Amino acid sequence: MTVNETIRQVVADHGRLAVPIESLADGDDLFAAGMTSHASINVMLALEDAFDFEFPEKMLKKSTFESVASISAGVAELAGT
Amino acid sequence: MSPSTSEPTTTDGEPWAEFRRALLDQGILLETGVDGIYGRSATYESVVEAVDALAVSAGADLGAVNLRFPPVMPWATFEKNGYLESFPDQMGSVHSFRGDEKLHAELLRRTEAHEDRGPLLDATDIVLCPAACHALYPTQSGTLPDGGRRFEIFGYCFRHEPSQDPFRMQSFRMHEFVYLGTPEGARAHRDDWITRGLDVLGRLDLEVESVVANDPFFGRPGRMLAANQRSEELKFELVVPVFSARRETAISSSNCHLDHFSRPFAILTSDGELAHSACFGFGVDRIALALLDRHGTDPSRWPAAVRGVLWP
Repeated sequence: MTVNETIRQVVADHGRLAVPIESLADGDDLFAAGMTSHASINVMLALEDAFDFEFPEKMLKKSTFESVASISAGVAELAGT
Repeated sequence: MSPSTSEPTTTDGEPWAEFRRALLDQGILLETGVDGIYGRSATYESVVEAVDALAVSAGADLGAVNLRFPPVMPWATFEKNGYLESFPDQMGSVHSFRGDEKLHAELLRRTEAHEDRGPLLDATDIVLCPAACHALYPTQSGTLPDGGRRFEIFGYCFRHEPSQDPFRMQSFRMHEFVYLGTPEGARAHRDDWITRGLDVLGRLDLEVESVVANDPFFGRPGRMLAANQRSEELKFELVVPVFSARRETAISSSNCHLDHFSRPFAILTSDGELAHSACFGFGVDRIALALLDRHGTDPSRWPAAVRGVLWP
């Protein structure tokens, strides 16, 4: 799986979206698509498992997880370090 | 973990040390041997009762349904409302003994020897209420009338955060005004109560102001919940400066829960949408303490204007 596919799988499994992940573009707002704050935490923890890293404190905020694109940017930043 | 035997901790130098000493020396609060659990004198209770009556008067025009719940609630409520996810370290679980005579003898032996009694006790199906309004939501499943519903609830709350700071009691009382209805109605309730709270507490000559706040959510995920709560400005606290250090201390809070409580208990608006809820909680013990800190530990000598508001 590509990074994008992995992220989409994690969001589909843990984000409790009201719509199928396939119907969302990378830039679409996941919270608007039904993801709750608690669900976003499960997404965060599942991403840490999937990519074997820990999000630093400064990234533990809503904007990091608001779209597939914003998650990708975060993953890229952490993979680069 | 072994049973807690409270070791006396050094309090000198803490900002609250002098206030604590005054409260205990004058018998306003009584030590029990566990940090944050106190006996209360008639003087202290007279202040709490007056503060509580004032809180009630602040919402007297709202037609809120007045309810009371015991200081314990079902574990099942706890499971559903997310408390265990967010505040596992603050919960209080009620345990009891269900063993036979042999285990009973062992329990007594361990107690005498100050050994860990935990494994011999079983969790019951009740927990201590962490907030006065939590017991309400399961009773409201179904469809609300047009305009939603308002409730007034007074009760004992428990948070497991032992401290010798008198403002951080483990067991304390809260008087809440709760709204269940539309998202707009919930915001309006929250904002209206910030104004009401500032007004009524200001009449007690407290330097109260409203600030954006967050709950102490547990762990790394909790830091994200706290950041979200702040960025969405869901929680406001009414704070006052206390002690000579003028430490900012919350004495009330006003909160929008979005659909956090209506979703697990299927509470719907008259349009069939998931309801939103909001609550304003007067921390009546903390307000009483703030008054004792600001005006002195002898209420009979408080300014006439403050006494006039509390004891009209």
